[in-house]
Amino acid sequence: MRRTPPERAADYFPIAYPAFMLGLFFVVPFAIMVAVSFFRRVQGGFYEPAFTFANYGRFLSVFFGEVLVFSLVLAGLVSAVCLLLGVPFTYFLTKLSRKAQVFWLVALLGVLSLSEVIIGFAWSTLLSRTAGLSNLLVAIGVMDRPDAWTPGFAAVLTGLVYQAFPYTVLVLYPSFSRLDPSLMEASRTLGASPLKAFSTVVLPVLRKTLIATFIIVFIFALGAYLLPQILGRPQHWTLSVLITDQAVYQSNMPFAAAMAVFLVVASLSLVVIVAALNRKGAGQ
Amino acid sequence: MMKQTKFSFTRRTLLAGAAAGASVLAMPNVLRAQDRTIKVGVYGGYFKDSFDKHVFPEFTNATGIAVESVAEPTGEAWLVQLEQAARAGAAPADLSMMSQVAMLKGQSTDLWAPIDLAKIAKADDLLPQFVNKYPDGRVAGVGAVAWYITLVTNTDVFPEAPTSWAALWDPANKERLGLLALVSNSFLLEVTAKTHFGGTGILDTEEGILKVMDKLAEVKPNVQLWYRDEAQFEQALKSGEIPMGQYYHDVTGLAAADGFPVRSTFPKEGGISDSGCWALSRASDKADEAHIFIDFMTQPEIQSLMSRKVGTAPTMKRSVLELSDEEFAAVSSDIDPIIPRYDLYTTKADWLNQKWTELIVN
Repeated sequence: MRRTPPERAADYFPIAYPAFMLGLFFVVPFAIMVAVSFFRRVQGGFYEPAFTFANYGRFLSVFFGEVLVFSLVLAGLVSAVCLLLGVPFTYFLTKLSRKAQVFWLVALLGVLSLSEVIIGFAWSTLLSRTAGLSNLLVAIGVMDRPDAWTPGFAAVLTGLVYQAFPYTVLVLYPSFSRLDPSLMEASRTLGASPLKAFSTVVLPVLRKTLIATFIIVFIFALGAYLLPQILGRPQHWTLSVLITDQAVYQSNMPFAAAMAVFLVVASLSLVVIVAALNRKGAGQ
Repeated sequence: MMKQTKFSFTRRTLLAGAAAGASVLAMPNVLRAQDRTIKVGVYGGYFKDSFDKHVFPEFTNATGIAVESVAEPTGEAWLVQLEQAARAGAAPADLSMMSQVAMLKGQSTDLWAPIDLAKIAKADDLLPQFVNKYPDGRVAGVGAVAWYITLVTNTDVFPEAPTSWAALWDPANKERLGLLALVSNSFLLEVTAKTHFGGTGILDTEEGILKVMDKLAEVKPNVQLWYRDEAQFEQALKSGEIPMGQYYHDVTGLAAADGFPVRSTFPKEGGISDSGCWALSRASDKADEAHIFIDFMTQPEIQSLMSRKVGTAPTMKRSVLELSDEEFAAVSSDIDPIIPRYDLYTTKADWLNQKWTELIVN
């Protein structure tokens, strides 16, 4: 493989096609969205081209601030829980036989084929009072009577973690499977306990992967708008739910676009901050 | 029934809708002149199925015009698609069934081509409230069907039917209610105003609306589910998970007929009356067919057929219909209904939406 940096325009040719597609299907729609966010809303109608900050002005309120913070905290929690479960899971997965690994990976891919609607309805049934898991606990005598565990914050978190978990494992898996086993062996022969070796040797080696996974799951969870509706109460609705409301039900595209721009800016800033901290941490 | 939210609006349905729209637009124009067709949008799911099975074949038999039915999503989502398409000179459907709020919003951009009532033979037999007019008198839409949102209960949990919307405020019903999540399709402001303030007149001023909202906020501890997706509440109501709430009278009746332990009650303050109009996109070139279609649908026999098969209330005068008292009672009620204040949802749309969202989220 050639390692020299591209020197002539023609050297960029291999990436011309992906760049074109990215431009056509990502940059252009995003630019349209940014443009619409400055358009003027016609109440009871649609919108007209204009240049106004009114849509952003409406967003700058305590109410939407709280919803934004809630959405960010929820997405952060989903990422954290996914990593807490996903890291040990993936580590042990890579220790299994090839056949078992393939089985687990296919099963996880299977979860990805489920739509958000199916996942939402399945969990709302599993957590319901009339047909849910609490009936099992009653049957074995742990609880006195069945209880509704949905809607609620825990239900939203559970649903989102369930949905994001396969992504977590699939992103972590390549790094874990390439991890040099001699690192672990070396630390063990130097006297570290398995847990200590894992936390002081394996995790730092995979730091970049862990951070990348966190960011991917975070952004994935930030876009969720169906599960918070199905499994949550109104106070658990994320900004994405309110954006959907504005775009689909209020036909207020400019305001929906402005909120979406805010969401993108907020999540991009977090990514930049995390990346900067990472560089700083790596430099020490 | 699929009024505002029956079509659970998801990425998947959005994609399906987009794909359907694209295929309609891409369809080559190979139909011969005498093969007349019209694309008619009706709410997807049960509602469209009933029309496809019982109503559209009758129309094709009678007129020779084939109907391509298009599943439309929630009223306002479809409105956005129609509007965007009309700006590009396309009509994903020629005629669409539109709810009243969507009719008014479409009026503001002149989306609806005027309907000529002279071409509708039985136009005089329509109830006047179901003829939707532009401020200048042009007819924007003609009443297709009417429906009611009523107080529904699970009969296992509530052996006695409630008699008043006041049941929503009863502390005994803590965490037992399912209510529609949007101000513009739940019409709960009107319900609160009529139940506790003697009528919807109090909604004339913003102070009045805020007073009504304060009263409505008292039901929040009782609400287990604020739903956008009808299937979600319907399922919870049938199982008794959420044993009380507001829902569509017709669908509840069908569920009860299927043996589910549910009932729909017209409270003494009245059920919420809402309706759908046939409206013609200004981008459509099928104005002739559209008038023939509306003329066909505006016949006492067809209105009666829809009441029997689709479960909707007629938009024509009772005196011209051939429905028995029993059949009429199954789809309607003599109790004076709660009429939504449609004007609010256009003139104060954003303010109401903001206050409403704050009301239920905080």
